[in-house]
Amino acid sequence: MLESYLPIFFMIAGGIAFGVVMLKLNEFFGPRRPTEEKFSTYESGMEPVRTARERFSVKFYMVAVLFILFDIEVVFLYPWAVSFRELGYQGFVTMFVFIVILLIGLYYVWRKGALEWD
Amino acid sequence: MGIQLYLYLSAILFMIGVVGVIARRNAIIVFMSIELMLNSVNLTLVAFSAFLGDVTGQMLVFFVMTVAAAEAAIGLAIIISLFRNKQTVNLDEINILKW
Amino acid sequence: MEITISDLWQSAPMVSLTLTGLVALLVESMKGGRTTAVYGLSLAGCALAFVFSLWSLGSEVIVFNGMILQGGYASYFSMVFTSSAFFTIVLSRPYMQRLHREQGVLYILILFATVGMMLMASAMDLIILFLGIELMSVCLYVLTGFVRTKVTSNESAVKYFLLGAFATGFLLYGIALVYGTAGTTNLKLISQSFAQLSGNSLFLMGAGLLVIAFSFKVAAVPFHMWAPDVYEGAPTPVTAFMSTGAKAAAFAAFVTVFIRTFAITGTPISEVVAFIAAASMILGNVTAIAQSNLKRMLAYSSIAHAGYMLSGIAAGSAEGETGILFYLAAYTLMNMGAFGIISWVEQQDDTKLTFDDYAGFSAQRPVVAAMLSVFMFSLAGIPPFAGFFGKYYVFLAAVKADLVWLAVIGVLTSVISVYYYLRLVMVMYFRDGNATIEERVPGFAFAVIGVIAALVILLGLYPSLVVDISKTFFKL
Repeated sequence: MLESYLPIFFMIAGGIAFGVVMLKLNEFFGPRRPTEEKFSTYESGMEPVRTARERFSVKFYMVAVLFILFDIEVVFLYPWAVSFRELGYQGFVTMFVFIVILLIGLYYVWRKGALEWD
Repeated sequence: MGIQLYLYLSAILFMIGVVGVIARRNAIIVFMSIELMLNSVNLTLVAFSAFLGDVTGQMLVFFVMTVAAAEAAIGLAIIISLFRNKQTVNLDEINILKW
Repeated sequence: MEITISDLWQSAPMVSLTLTGLVALLVESMKGGRTTAVYGLSLAGCALAFVFSLWSLGSEVIVFNGMILQGGYASYFSMVFTSSAFFTIVLSRPYMQRLHREQGVLYILILFATVGMMLMASAMDLIILFLGIELMSVCLYVLTGFVRTKVTSNESAVKYFLLGAFATGFLLYGIALVYGTAGTTNLKLISQSFAQLSGNSLFLMGAGLLVIAFSFKVAAVPFHMWAPDVYEGAPTPVTAFMSTGAKAAAFAAFVTVFIRTFAITGTPISEVVAFIAAASMILGNVTAIAQSNLKRMLAYSSIAHAGYMLSGIAAGSAEGETGILFYLAAYTLMNMGAFGIISWVEQQDDTKLTFDDYAGFSAQRPVVAAMLSVFMFSLAGIPPFAGFFGKYYVFLAAVKADLVWLAVIGVLTSVISVYYYLRLVMVMYFRDGNATIEERVPGFAFAVIGVIAALVILLGLYPSLVVDISKTFFKL
């Protein structure tokens, strides 16, 4: 049983070894000319201005908080979707109620303007 | 591997969380320690669930995860609203009320 | 594993309150934010849930596949919670309007917190218990910090949140250990195997962690640190709600787990609870003497009251449970009344909260002063007010369970408590001053406090009204 996984093991080991060897070869043979430009933060080709450690607009927190809330509810949808057939009508109605309650919450958030960026 | 190892691990994680809550003074880090406590409990629950061959424990883990998310949202909102008024999240400086 | 229509129908108090909350949320979302509509709807929802609870008081049934208990015990507590929520909503309106912070979502949060409390009282499964506690706590964290422009409100919300979440960790670890050793989270199944489980050290550890978590929620020593600060910083009507509804809910869960499920008499758990009770009574009452702020004084007094009620749990008997049920009804009424009147006198900038600010109150507002005196006498446990019989029943239960020392501590500390409760009455009646209520109090709020005062006296004169009801619950 376990022997059949042996080729996969060799494959992974070979892959890692190849990557490590290549990087090390590059480090060994490649020229190194560090400049200030190379050490600066990469910001899609733009000149970095100011420090990165500054305060964000509170809007980001708003989005993050709402994301946490609505995102985690998927954890209930997953097991339900997997056993959808066994649960049948009963499961559908229960989940429907759950989603409706979530939607009411979403509607509240939307109408209170929490989803608007400006 | 017996269930004991999982229980020891989660007990250690739980204690790290408790110590974090008691020793750290930054509200966000205290909150992260609390999350560590909750997740160590999740580990215990899953270990017991596998050990007993009973699905209830895993079900409870789902509930713990969602409730922890709700708590995180509320908690961050509360901490932000304090920060807007006081410009600090250090618990030692939260001192208008006697702690 | 079917959920039937009759399950939903039998859980009418909870279902109706949830639906009211959702409808109110929709109304609140509509344009123009009709706060008055949300206010009326929330009051109607509480009243409806109260009627449903009263109606289902007689028959105890277990619904939702053994998960939830309805009727009887659960209905009794639903009545306590819905009345607490009703009074809180009535009191919050003028308070929040004065601060210019009235928002419909305040009432909706109170409704959902009440649903959480109902779940706690009706839990027959540790999962439901956990969800109920969390639903209640999460709403209360927000309510505590509701006046978000005020630093004291923010601070107390942060403290309450961090310590509440910390307690949740203990609760969950306790649930996990109980589940691991009992192999189930169903309380009925756990109670059947309690005899052999009580020798298991891992199970006892789990039970101990549950004691810690519940002690946090009822604010008992040594897990009381949050109470004075949170009670002082939160908006006063919310403080009233926390100290009545939330405390009653925590006790409902405490009784469900430690009297109705675990037979704790004679186990180490009972001793631990007895020590917590004694420490709460002593520390709460002694510290309350030193307070000058009324909200803080009532916070320490609420710690002491938690101690009195815990002696009923330490007794672990039917008498203990009856005593706690009566005590909670009485305590909810008198504390709600006291906080209600304090919220009228209090000023926007957190002043007029000390004893001295009540000098001469009786001359200016004789009726309100008389009502406040009724609540103070009742809190002090002076007959014939409701508070006296509450104490009488729990101490009697403690004596019958061979915890005479606990009852003695209870009586002695009650004597101490008379000092600081009656100090307020003395200041109101025998010191000159011109304390009064500056803003106009709406007639409705005034009438509600009057009804509460009448109920406190009525329960003191006829305690059997409530005791007979709670005695019928022991047929389960």
